[in-house]
Amino acid sequence: MSETLISVQNLSLNFPNHQVLSNLSFDIKRGEFLGVIGENGVGKTTLVRVILDQLKPSAGKIKIKSGLKIGYVPQFRNVDVEYPLSIKDFISLNFTGIKLPWLSRKEKQKVQTVIKQVNLEHISKRPLGLASGGEKQKAYLAQALINDPDLLILDESTASLDPNTKRELLDVVLKLNKQLGLTIIFVSHDMQVIHEYPDHFLWLTKNGYTTGPISELHNDSKEGEYV
Amino acid sequence: MFSFEFMRNAYLAGTLIAIVSGIMGVFVVARNMPFMTHTLSEIGFAGAAFGIFIGWTPLNGMLAFTTVSSILVGELSGAVQSRRESVISAISGLFIGLGILFLSLSNKNSSYATNILFGSVIGISHQEVIQMATLSVLVLVVLFFIFRNLKDDSFDSVGAKTNHIHAALISIVFLVLLAFSVSVAAQIVGSLLIFVLLTLPAASSKYFAHSVISMMMLAIGFAIFGVWFGLYLGYITNWPVTFFIASIEAVIYGSALLYNAIANKSK
Repeated sequence: MSETLISVQNLSLNFPNHQVLSNLSFDIKRGEFLGVIGENGVGKTTLVRVILDQLKPSAGKIKIKSGLKIGYVPQFRNVDVEYPLSIKDFISLNFTGIKLPWLSRKEKQKVQTVIKQVNLEHISKRPLGLASGGEKQKAYLAQALINDPDLLILDESTASLDPNTKRELLDVVLKLNKQLGLTIIFVSHDMQVIHEYPDHFLWLTKNGYTTGPISELHNDSKEGEYV
Repeated sequence: MFSFEFMRNAYLAGTLIAIVSGIMGVFVVARNMPFMTHTLSEIGFAGAAFGIFIGWTPLNGMLAFTTVSSILVGELSGAVQSRRESVISAISGLFIGLGILFLSLSNKNSSYATNILFGSVIGISHQEVIQMATLSVLVLVVLFFIFRNLKDDSFDSVGAKTNHIHAALISIVFLVLLAFSVSVAAQIVGSLLIFVLLTLPAASSKYFAHSVISMMMLAIGFAIFGVWFGLYLGYITNWPVTFFIASIEAVIYGSALLYNAIANKSK
């Protein structure tokens, strides 16, 4: 039995006018690849924000293993075509804190390692603004890997990508999951990739939720049709 | 040329200003704040005029006004874009008006206004050079310590939120540093032309350099080139130095855009 990293118990979250999450309970174990699915507005990003400690639950509990390092890849980034930093320099932005302005040798090595992990060696010096959608997502992913997270959260990272690029990105994520044992929370509304990559699912709906191993996910129900 | 003390002071001050502007400019451009910077500078004009009115040096008056207002102006950055532009117009107008009022009340002739608005190299005393140097060093030292967090917040504000960076604090510290930089840079190029040093060199550099450090080096290079060459041309022609610096920086920026257009086409 592997260790539980996050344990959510009877969690509810109310916004002033409506309830988003209601009586939600599930665990995330080390090494798990959890796909979080559901329509827009059911609270996927809200749940992520609770895990990131940016929102407090209205009721219930969330227990996060102490010292758990979370890498987060947000849904939107303000990177336009004139964004000047190279992919490599964008990735190293995550080395923050009151330290010397330049990177140490160890930090430089880490940047090289994560660039390799996401297969961006060949274009690491290209400005991020000129990178394709898939390359940008890989760079965001690499940036989140900089601080050696135990858990990686991807919020709709594949939403704007074409099918091939989507798979290319998720193949990288799966490799990190299998080879490094990195725990993954992958938020998406794309039913097809949810069937292919994660080993567990959490399906949020307007009225409740279902969760379990991916083999128990059936998208023949009515709510699967929105995909 | 260097046998004149005022030219030595002008070169010394100009070089310092170019270094601080090149470094700060990279953050100004990344944070999308050229107009905010310009507004600060106009507030600085009112401050300089106020300084003259009550018997301070223009630089001290400018520092007082820009530092206090930088924090107020910073609150605007949260406002919606469409309103922000209008609010900035209101603030600019109000402070330029105040500047004219203070100058009029202090019974100084109009050349004072011209000097503050468009810059003047002749007016810089040795003592002011020392004060400018102190301020520049202060800006650089603070930047050194907050560099990584400021860089993350400026170049990836979305990502910085998840890195536990205190964005509001960084933003205020940056604006105070900007107030200092504006006050110092305005001594040479004038408060109406603050863009020339605090925006254009950095905006040009991003088409050639792709790391924060290299953009800074290049921006400093562009700024120093403009200041040195501008001072020289001003000296031999007796035309306003500001005109030359502004023209040189504009030509550099134009060339950078042209280079970028050609480079992108050939890809």
